[in-house]
Amino acid sequence: MLYQIIVFAPLLGALIVGLFGRKLGEKPSMTITTGLLFLSAILSWVAFVSVTQNHHNTTVELFRWMDVGGFKANWALKIDSLTAVMLVVVNTVSALVHLYSWGYMSDDPGKPRFFAYLSFFTFAMLMLVTANNFIQMFFGWEGVGLASYLLIGFWYKKPSANAAAIKAFVVNRVGDVGLALGVMTIFFVFGSVNFDTVFSAIHDKQDLVLPFLGMEFNAIELIAALLFLGAMGKSAQFVLHVWLPDAMEGPTPVSALIHAATMVTAGVFLVCRAHPIFQEAPVTSGFITVMGAFTAFFAATVGLVQNDIKRVIAYSTCSQLGYMFFAAGLGAYNAAMFHLFTHAFFKALLFLGAGSVIHALHHEQDMRKMGGIWKMVPVTWIVMIIGTLAITGVGIPGTGNFGFAGFASKDLIIESAYDAAQSGMASGAFAFWAGIIAALMTSFYSWRLIFMTFHGKHRGEKKVLDHAHESPLTMLIPLGVLATGALLAGFVFYKSFAYGVNDFWGHALPMGGEHAQLAADNLYAAAETTASDADHSGGHHVYPKWVLWAPFIVSVSGFIIAWFTYMYKDGVVKRINGKGGPLYNFLLNKWYIDELYDVTIVRFTRWLGDIFWKVGDIGIIDRFGPNGVAAAAMAGAKRLSKLQSGYLYHYAFVMLIGVAAIIGLVMRTVGG
Amino acid sequence: MFNNVPILSMITFLPLIVALGLMLISRISKGDAREQLNKNAPMVALIVSCVVLLLSALLVWQFDPSSAAFQFEERVDWLGGGIEYHLGVDGISVLFVLLTAFLTPLCILASQKSIKKNMLDYMVAFLVLETLMIGVFCSLDLILFYLFFEAVLIPMFLIIGIWGGKDRVYASYKFFLYTLLGSVLMLAAILWIYFYSGQELGAATTDITRLHDLDIPASAQTWLWLAFFASFAVKMPMWPVHTWLPDAHVQAPTAGSVILAGILLKMGGYGFLRFSLPMFPDASIKYTPLIFGLSVIAIIYTSLVAYRQKDIKKLIAYSSVAHMGFVTMGIFAVNMQGLQGAIFQMLSHGLISGALFFGVGVIYDRMHTREIDFYGGLVKRMPVYAVFMMLFTMANVGLPGTSGFVGEILTMVGVYKVNPWVAAGAALGMILSAVYALHLYREVIFGEPTNEKLDNIEDMNKTEIMVLAPLALFVIILGVYPSLVTDVTAASVENLISNFNAATLDIVSGQGS
Repeated sequence: MLYQIIVFAPLLGALIVGLFGRKLGEKPSMTITTGLLFLSAILSWVAFVSVTQNHHNTTVELFRWMDVGGFKANWALKIDSLTAVMLVVVNTVSALVHLYSWGYMSDDPGKPRFFAYLSFFTFAMLMLVTANNFIQMFFGWEGVGLASYLLIGFWYKKPSANAAAIKAFVVNRVGDVGLALGVMTIFFVFGSVNFDTVFSAIHDKQDLVLPFLGMEFNAIELIAALLFLGAMGKSAQFVLHVWLPDAMEGPTPVSALIHAATMVTAGVFLVCRAHPIFQEAPVTSGFITVMGAFTAFFAATVGLVQNDIKRVIAYSTCSQLGYMFFAAGLGAYNAAMFHLFTHAFFKALLFLGAGSVIHALHHEQDMRKMGGIWKMVPVTWIVMIIGTLAITGVGIPGTGNFGFAGFASKDLIIESAYDAAQSGMASGAFAFWAGIIAALMTSFYSWRLIFMTFHGKHRGEKKVLDHAHESPLTMLIPLGVLATGALLAGFVFYKSFAYGVNDFWGHALPMGGEHAQLAADNLYAAAETTASDADHSGGHHVYPKWVLWAPFIVSVSGFIIAWFTYMYKDGVVKRINGKGGPLYNFLLNKWYIDELYDVTIVRFTRWLGDIFWKVGDIGIIDRFGPNGVAAAAMAGAKRLSKLQSGYLYHYAFVMLIGVAAIIGLVMRTVGG
Repeated sequence: MFNNVPILSMITFLPLIVALGLMLISRISKGDAREQLNKNAPMVALIVSCVVLLLSALLVWQFDPSSAAFQFEERVDWLGGGIEYHLGVDGISVLFVLLTAFLTPLCILASQKSIKKNMLDYMVAFLVLETLMIGVFCSLDLILFYLFFEAVLIPMFLIIGIWGGKDRVYASYKFFLYTLLGSVLMLAAILWIYFYSGQELGAATTDITRLHDLDIPASAQTWLWLAFFASFAVKMPMWPVHTWLPDAHVQAPTAGSVILAGILLKMGGYGFLRFSLPMFPDASIKYTPLIFGLSVIAIIYTSLVAYRQKDIKKLIAYSSVAHMGFVTMGIFAVNMQGLQGAIFQMLSHGLISGALFFGVGVIYDRMHTREIDFYGGLVKRMPVYAVFMMLFTMANVGLPGTSGFVGEILTMVGVYKVNPWVAAGAALGMILSAVYALHLYREVIFGEPTNEKLDNIEDMNKTEIMVLAPLALFVIILGVYPSLVTDVTAASVENLISNFNAATLDIVSGQGS
């Protein structure tokens, strides 16, 4: 029952409040959803321990979903280490976001609706991560898309929110088409959509060549590529990233939960869950590495110059997801999952912290109108600093885990890229350098955010500043919990995620790369001989010093550059007043990709729709079809328009006569 | 349970008998009595259609899904010369009977307020329509089928022509012209088959079960298939003979649109399943590329056209054409997923499009316009309505968890096995359906309420909720547990496929030797 409660408690909350929220009132609605989410979150940690430490893997079969000629999929809850990690991430962040929303949404009249959506989202996300087949995963996949659409457009009166909601749904659907085609190909090749059946049969199909859309592909590569297209949509990778920054139109708790910590990581989860496929698809995996690394770089460049506090964090999310993907593409699935795990804490923290600032400043999101408020919101300021230290990966180089959350996971990713580069993979080298450069920019834009928001002189209206206040306890508690996570998640879980100590992953994930496998074995041996003192740095002796120090150095450099640019001699004001060059404008306008899509795809779609309608349907089909016939038969439209409805009976009568005549004819022929 | 009861005849003709009775009584009664009758007609019709629904539910309950054979058969000599009154249902048809019986009471319920004139005649038309629609799905005789199939148009034609909107005459004329074209060709083909069966089987017959065993030479199949196709393609409707549908929908009263989209469109798909595949297997294979091509065009082309519409009903009508594209491509994939998916998609679309048209009716009854630009921000005044419409919009988009998804994914999986190009083209429809459906929802329901006329618009009343709630329930139930449908249809579909494969294999090897 444990797993049923974890998954269905949020659904129960969503249904009760969704259907009866207005009758129940605000407080009961919020209490029910939040209470059920906390129940779910606590049980998730119980499940986490039971699965990752005691290895109680299981699959709970609920009931039949589809069963049509071998196309079988059940509603089921597959529980292994990978699921367990996602359960704690999703439910912990979700429960905290529910609580946080008590304060953040306190003035909003639509609270029951908001909480119902949040709980529904959580349920859909849980269905996604507990699926034991691709179809249920697709259910969760599109379910979270719906929740995201509803929550981005939560303030339905704002045209920009509506536009952003639709954009998110449609762009995601582009990816979903890839995912759907991938699932169809899987069924075509394997005759099943169940994870276990498919994954165990991969070796038999390794060399299968499949014709698809006029070309020939290796079946496994094709499947991997199509699945990754889905992942690109959901996880906002370059080309399909355009919806994520716009999604910031939604309330900030939503941005923290859906567009930072959980939903957008679903693509990474997909690649990790389906790693047996990706492992046998080296070309696609290389492509994933390059796309991930490029996104990490690209999004960071845009993040450098944005002025909306939420957009900076949004591009940062995009960029961090890029790190996870290039790790997954390199086969370091555990590193990808580790970063997903730590990122959930510090990114949710940064978003909720930003929300706290926005709340304090009367819904001001423009950093150019902030500054000098750190004394008024001290708790928010401290947790934001912790979050920033986590995302910029501050820690003691060479120790592996003595540092903030992002230090342990991001350095692990960069090290796996270095490994890949050493073994001669060009994509690995590209990822390594992109990762290092992106880390420099990450540090710069993160500290820029802190400086512009909290330090220097206040640049907004004085009235707003006077009313600036620290957030209520319902908002500060979640911040505190997440800050703890951002401090400790890397330190505590490093060995488990990175080296699979105590068989943390079970059979859910392979250990990343040959080297890591070796290191894990060493660690294992060490752990067995000197049981109490497992030497966590044991796996690191092969890395040159500069590789270990590079992330640290760029992180510090980013801080220094940001300080000189924005703090030294009133830098912010100068920046705001000064004119940017062409490169600045290029970045500020997000490489003009939205504009490019608008003039090509969006307008083309409208134009084509009009052509088909006005030229195709009206101009050709109707003109030469029914209207043409009418003109000929009735000698012009004049008489047609004169027809009165009384004539209808005549038509009907004619039809009746026709039917009668036909039957008569048949009878006569039969008789004769 | 129904061993000695002609249950199918009862279900089929009960509405007709009551309709005739109503008409008769209304003719002989005068003054107040007539007025009274006019007022009570909807209640009578509602009760009758509920009885039919109950009987249909019992029918499905008693139906043996493990058998592929026709059940509850009734057979009486009718016109002589091998033309019989022959009814029966199998897994393919029995659920369409239920769908018809399910939608009709909802239509009657929804029409009570919105129909202003000739209430009794309107109810009579609907009851007659119900008889004819159920007759189509129960007939096992080609002539009987044709009779129902064509006669269905008459009440529909009247419903649009009398109770329709401003341009109802043009719309009903267009509707008439298209369907006439199809039916003439189909009739010629039926006559040819009748005489051919006389030569081949010794005695001429129009018994569908026997005609399924008739070996028609491939050359003749070619044009027979086309003749049937002409009729079914118009009904579906398939591109490019679809342009009557948006006009008919726009002009039809709400309940007319519901029946049109919910049942009448399905008769084309049913025809392909019942006649084209079993009787003309070789021609079906030959024309599969044509069907696939037209299906993909329908999905992409009409989705794009839907996106640009300014009239709510037109938008939904075009989206229907796109959804029927999934049906045709699924049918001609001729495998379990394709065919099961196609049947499921038809049933599911019957519920979803029905619900969407009812939904349009709700605001049309209040504002008397269907113009998208007129509306906006309805969610503020009509929160219950907004919830229902969100559900049906998502079902229309094919979101997993709703019935709309099951039909789409099954047909795509089925067609992928035969031709990945077609599956990929259809998958594009997944994007486009999101584009037009969410666009409509945003323009009508979200946004700031700008039109003053909408300031006092009222949310759904109890009757309207009673109409939409059952539809919502089934859209979700079938989305989560589609086996309710696929278990019933499985045996008959399997049988259809194995016969099809046997027939085509036969011919292929025959050509080889």
